[in-house]
Amino acid sequence: MLGTRNKKLTAYNNWGYVFVAPFVIVFLIFSVYPVLRTLYLSFTDLKVMGDANFVGFANYKRVFTDKFFWKALWNTVRIWGVNIVLQLGLAFLLMMVFSDVKYKMAGLSIFRVVYYLPNLIAATSVAFLFTTLLDWRYGTFNIMLNSIYKLLGMRYVPIDWLGNTATAGHTIAVIQSWMWFGNSFIMLMAGVQGISKDYFEAAAIDGAGRWTIFGRITLPLIRPIMMYVAITSLIGGMQMFDLPFLMSNAASASYGSVQTVMMYLYKFGFTAGTIQTGYASAIAYALFLIILTVSVLQIKLFNRKE
Amino acid sequence: MGYRIKKGILYLLLILLAVTCLLPFMLMVVNSTRSGAEISTSFTLIPSTHLRENWEIMFGYFNLFKGMLNSVLVAVPATLLGVYFSALTAYGLAMYKFHGNKVIFGAILVFMMIPGQLSLIGFYQLCTKLHLVNSYIPLIVPAIAAPGTVFFLRQYILSSLSSSLVEAARIDGAPELYSFHRIVLPIISPAMATMGIMGFIGNWNNYLLPMIILNKNDKFTLPVMMATLRASLDIVKNQGATYLAVTISVIPILVVFCFFSRYIISSISAGAVKE
Repeated sequence: MLGTRNKKLTAYNNWGYVFVAPFVIVFLIFSVYPVLRTLYLSFTDLKVMGDANFVGFANYKRVFTDKFFWKALWNTVRIWGVNIVLQLGLAFLLMMVFSDVKYKMAGLSIFRVVYYLPNLIAATSVAFLFTTLLDWRYGTFNIMLNSIYKLLGMRYVPIDWLGNTATAGHTIAVIQSWMWFGNSFIMLMAGVQGISKDYFEAAAIDGAGRWTIFGRITLPLIRPIMMYVAITSLIGGMQMFDLPFLMSNAASASYGSVQTVMMYLYKFGFTAGTIQTGYASAIAYALFLIILTVSVLQIKLFNRKE
Repeated sequence: MGYRIKKGILYLLLILLAVTCLLPFMLMVVNSTRSGAEISTSFTLIPSTHLRENWEIMFGYFNLFKGMLNSVLVAVPATLLGVYFSALTAYGLAMYKFHGNKVIFGAILVFMMIPGQLSLIGFYQLCTKLHLVNSYIPLIVPAIAAPGTVFFLRQYILSSLSSSLVEAARIDGAPELYSFHRIVLPIISPAMATMGIMGFIGNWNNYLLPMIILNKNDKFTLPVMMATLRASLDIVKNQGATYLAVTISVIPILVVFCFFSRYIISSISAGAVKE
């Protein structure tokens, strides 16, 4: 009796293979193979056509001594740094406002939706919209500033926000924070709403002030989520491509200050005329190693504070 | 300062921030009804009368609706396949004990953390070898293996589906796939809807991969088409047409958002809390 039951259970469990088979097949072909293939190519000298010869660590040596790679990495970190400070800072302030026990702000569900809106729009549309709005001579943004200056009786010298080396990176960083702060805010808020009401009530009964409640209850309990937001944004941020790529052009003076690692990879991986597939693959893995190292450090640092 | 005044100031700041989120879109809509000359001399939120003119200029350059149709042809099948097969996989992983179950789940966790750039070059090489360049297959079929969606649905199944339901169906002699389709899918459909909407938006807005895989104009999805617009339109002369193009490209996603914003917000929240 028991034997047949077990046999039947095994038979049922074998259905598991059927259920996961499509996933496994597609996963092996389109996810695992490409990742391993890129790894293999990073040790070869493949250009556009022809054979791939094994060259050992030559590509990696080249990446780590390539000053344009380091410049691209610095650009990525700089733009991401400004972006993440604004984005998380704003999300954090909003979270404080909406979780405040004294003011009990209403309208969270409406504000949340509006703040999230810029997130939805395709990067190409956002890039195009802002390149047009920020156009040096004819863009609406400079014309707005001009009228405001005029109102105050001052003269406004139009700034070429995207064409100027000093402003291009920051401009892109600000637009990216504009796009993504709503997303971070919703995540932080989800963390706050996940905290049991009992904690707040107990603290209130004990006579704790709102700052004590924020510092002693809210903050420690949303730490894991802040950590999650920080790590995912780091992984995403180091792969920054769409906006800087679409809002710059190779002929402009500011290009050198906004070219990110992914744009540099794109140049060697996919731009006709400069294709060096082997080298591009090594750039991909070098970036991955850097992201991995920083993430591990970030996790260590976060855990040590506790 | 009194409590009410402070609260009022806070609301004012929140509204100001909301305006900052909306203003670029309002300018975009308004500017798409104005002529290039009007836009480059003043700004306003009052619509003008050049919509028709801008429309004709824009469609003289290319057909945005063709790009939209192409995006639908990619995003809809990719989303449906992604959600269905993720549910299938998630259920298989959650409900059956078989060899390799843990290995597959481990691989899913690892690939959720691996940045996409690692596969980009190998993926392109694979598509070249399989003669899939300029085809929609590489943009649709890989959606079947979406680690993030499988992970989310697996957690959902474990927390919301009781195995006794399926066991009862077994005793009645229902085949496994039948139970999956008739019992499991309806129960997990809210989670599938959430993942489906997020997947649709991601597929719809995807830029880098379609740009690499597609190189024929008539195959371009909307974002790729929008990117070529920049090179082909002279901003100085045709700002109004430019804004109109962006407005049209944004409309479909805004419609989706109007209907499904609750699902979208809940999926972000769930992603943060699950972690």
